[in-house]
Amino acid sequence: MSKGQAISLQKSDGGTLTAVRMGLGWQAAARRGLFGSRTREIDLDASAVLFADKQAVDVVFFQHLVSNDGSVRHTGDNLVGGVGQGGDDEAILVDLQRVPVHVDQILFTVNSFTGQTFAEVQNAFCRLVDETNGQELARYTLTGGGPYTAQIMAKVHRQGNGWQMTALGAPANGRTFQDLLPALVPHL
Amino acid sequence: MTAELIRGQNHPLPETRLEIRVSAGQPIVAGATLNDEQGHMRSAEWIAHPASPQLPGLEVSRQAAANHRLAVDLDAMPEAVHRVNVLLALPTGAGGPSGFGSVAAPFVAVTGLDGTEVVSYTITDLDTESAVVALELYRRQGAWKVRAVGQGYAGGLAAMLSDQGLPQAGQLAATINEAVAAGMARAVAPAPVTPEGERARAAAGEAAPARPGPATSVTGSAVPGQSGGRINYQHPRRPGPGASAMPAGGATPPPAPSAPPPPGAEGSAPPPPGEAGSGRPVAGDATGWTMEERLYNQVWGMFEDLARTTAAYRSAVDFADSRQERELDRVLSDPQTRIGPAADAARAEARQKHAALVEQARAAFDRDVAQLSAESEVVEPALPWAFARWDNPVWQAYRAPDEVPMAVRLGDLGLPEHTSLRIPMLVRMPLQRGLWIDYGRGSVDSAVADPDELRRLAGETATAIAARLLAAHPVDEFNVSIIDPAGAAAPSLAPLLESGVLSEPPAAGSGGVSTLLARLTQRVDLVQMAVRSGAADALPPGLDTSDQLLIVHDFPHGFDDRSVTQLRYLADEGPSVGVVLMMVADREDARAFGPVLDPLWRSLLRLTPVPSDHLADPWVGHAWTYEPPLPPRGSGVIGQVLHQVAAARRAAGR
Repeated sequence: MSKGQAISLQKSDGGTLTAVRMGLGWQAAARRGLFGSRTREIDLDASAVLFADKQAVDVVFFQHLVSNDGSVRHTGDNLVGGVGQGGDDEAILVDLQRVPVHVDQILFTVNSFTGQTFAEVQNAFCRLVDETNGQELARYTLTGGGPYTAQIMAKVHRQGNGWQMTALGAPANGRTFQDLLPALVPHL
Repeated sequence: MTAELIRGQNHPLPETRLEIRVSAGQPIVAGATLNDEQGHMRSAEWIAHPASPQLPGLEVSRQAAANHRLAVDLDAMPEAVHRVNVLLALPTGAGGPSGFGSVAAPFVAVTGLDGTEVVSYTITDLDTESAVVALELYRRQGAWKVRAVGQGYAGGLAAMLSDQGLPQAGQLAATINEAVAAGMARAVAPAPVTPEGERARAAAGEAAPARPGPATSVTGSAVPGQSGGRINYQHPRRPGPGASAMPAGGATPPPAPSAPPPPGAEGSAPPPPGEAGSGRPVAGDATGWTMEERLYNQVWGMFEDLARTTAAYRSAVDFADSRQERELDRVLSDPQTRIGPAADAARAEARQKHAALVEQARAAFDRDVAQLSAESEVVEPALPWAFARWDNPVWQAYRAPDEVPMAVRLGDLGLPEHTSLRIPMLVRMPLQRGLWIDYGRGSVDSAVADPDELRRLAGETATAIAARLLAAHPVDEFNVSIIDPAGAAAPSLAPLLESGVLSEPPAAGSGGVSTLLARLTQRVDLVQMAVRSGAADALPPGLDTSDQLLIVHDFPHGFDDRSVTQLRYLADEGPSVGVVLMMVADREDARAFGPVLDPLWRSLLRLTPVPSDHLADPWVGHAWTYEPPLPPRGSGVIGQVLHQVAAARRAAGR
């Protein structure tokens, strides 16, 4: 999907999505030079920030793996990427039906904790998966990214009785989600 | 770190006790066959399937389900077994899909007992096959490995079994399909497919490990007014009302799966879900190798769920409050609109928004609590005595155990939003830290204002907990010593004294205190030295190496500086070598010692003789109200239990 595109998280058969997974996968870009095959480790981190009426109320990231209410869960920090060679290296699971009633938006972000810019990251992607059947709803490629260290990937927000996802893909800079909070505001 | 296998790839297995998790988009049958070196099934007994779910070291589910957890203990496999095949099959004859090609790709993962994933494998590229060998665990040079197989059979189970050299393959396949069909008939409602979300990692230490998937499916009882599945009243990782979320006009609603009974090594499996009362919560509905472990994990799961659902509710209400305040402020701050009908309308709207959000949050919360309460009602009576309240009849049948239970209940925990729902506070054995029964008047806010009454209750709480710990240990493995310098605690100690479970009377006077402390200090010191140097047999003969509980009443009465130092030593070093301290004290009484005792108080688990909200859960950090484990008024259960303990000791010749 492309920037700014919104998709409704309705199943094709009319049912509502109940659980989604935001997956993040990457490999470090190969370095040119004498030791051409050597790669430098890159630590990307996926985070999810829960908003209620434009106020951040909870966050799920590598130091707080489960939102207090238990509806959003991070599968754990991956420091080097590339393990799955195409699979998700980090994932955040959202049980949409258990998200507290006042939370109306969840923003997903990716930060480069080690400071490399996305220009140095290879085969990076972020995808949204219907957790109930493994179907991929949306995929985003980060490869060939620019000289920035973070990206605001997407948001899931309440729409009527269900949820909708909007792809954001906005570049930003920061080491962890805290640095991104001001940059998130325009997207709420 | 998980290795995602592709077809044909193998991976070493770090341990021999494993769990294999299977998830699929709809109910499937899971089973396992054993092969010898030649890859043959030696007999029709070498298979675990729904009609015959158990083999040594292996147990599978009795039903078709969308999620399976198979417990495997490779050490328990017969010598002749060189390969364990994990097989999946579609249930036949239920009008469901006929081949794996028309359903979501099944996902299998091998995990350690703590939930850490070792490998995972998604079985893709299947078409008309209705049975598939998903994984094989095999011996290679004395070690076990796992391989992603993904071999499908269009001929179903019969074809698969005959491929493994079983002559009666067709007959066996028919038996399996019959059992599965019977199981599906018992279940009444579709269980929702559970997301991978429940791959919750165990919180550190004693927190409960990940819990099993959607278990018992549930009747449509309740869930009124649920529209579009916006609020799911189902608990995240447990069975519950609100199978919900299944599209009403959906394409292929899965035909009534129900959950696998949790794998377990011991008998007394929970009744198959779907039977009587279909959909009620089931005791023991958690992972674990024994019923005890399953119940322990279930209680911790309830604890976590209650903490989290309460967090969701509180955070929604806080948000509603702050939003209302902001909106009211806005009305006030504008002089144009501060008064008049527009302002009234704005205020009314703000209040209404507040009320609507709170109501919504309350509805979700009430539904969760109702479900947890229902679960609590079946779990409480099913608890073994170590986890049970004193009024549980299971205590009447108490006999001294052969081994220490995995945990002991030290009281109840509750939250103010729903005082009737109380979670057992289970603490792992052996105790990792000492206990402090605090009757400080300043620190306990309660209706009991009388300091003497508080003190008496503290003494009773200490005795009740000591009785539980005594009951939890086999004869000869546990001793209770008491320091009661002035004899002030004698009334509350009566059950301990009268039953004869103490090997010596309480130490009185400062002489008694220093003798007892010196002996325990020496014991800790010697055992520590022996453990460090690995020379357990070098301990002097006659040294009592059984675990010790030291109850200190009336602190610091009768203590001099030297005894206090020894006490601190015991608190610091004791638990690692089996000596645990229980202080029954008011911190104020010891204020003369100044801050030097602060580390001592901090190192102890603080309990109170009356309900008090000072304990925090490990997930959200709510303040939980602790209630001491006191027996009902007038009950003689503690005395009875202690008499049992004493009788067992006498019988063992002590």
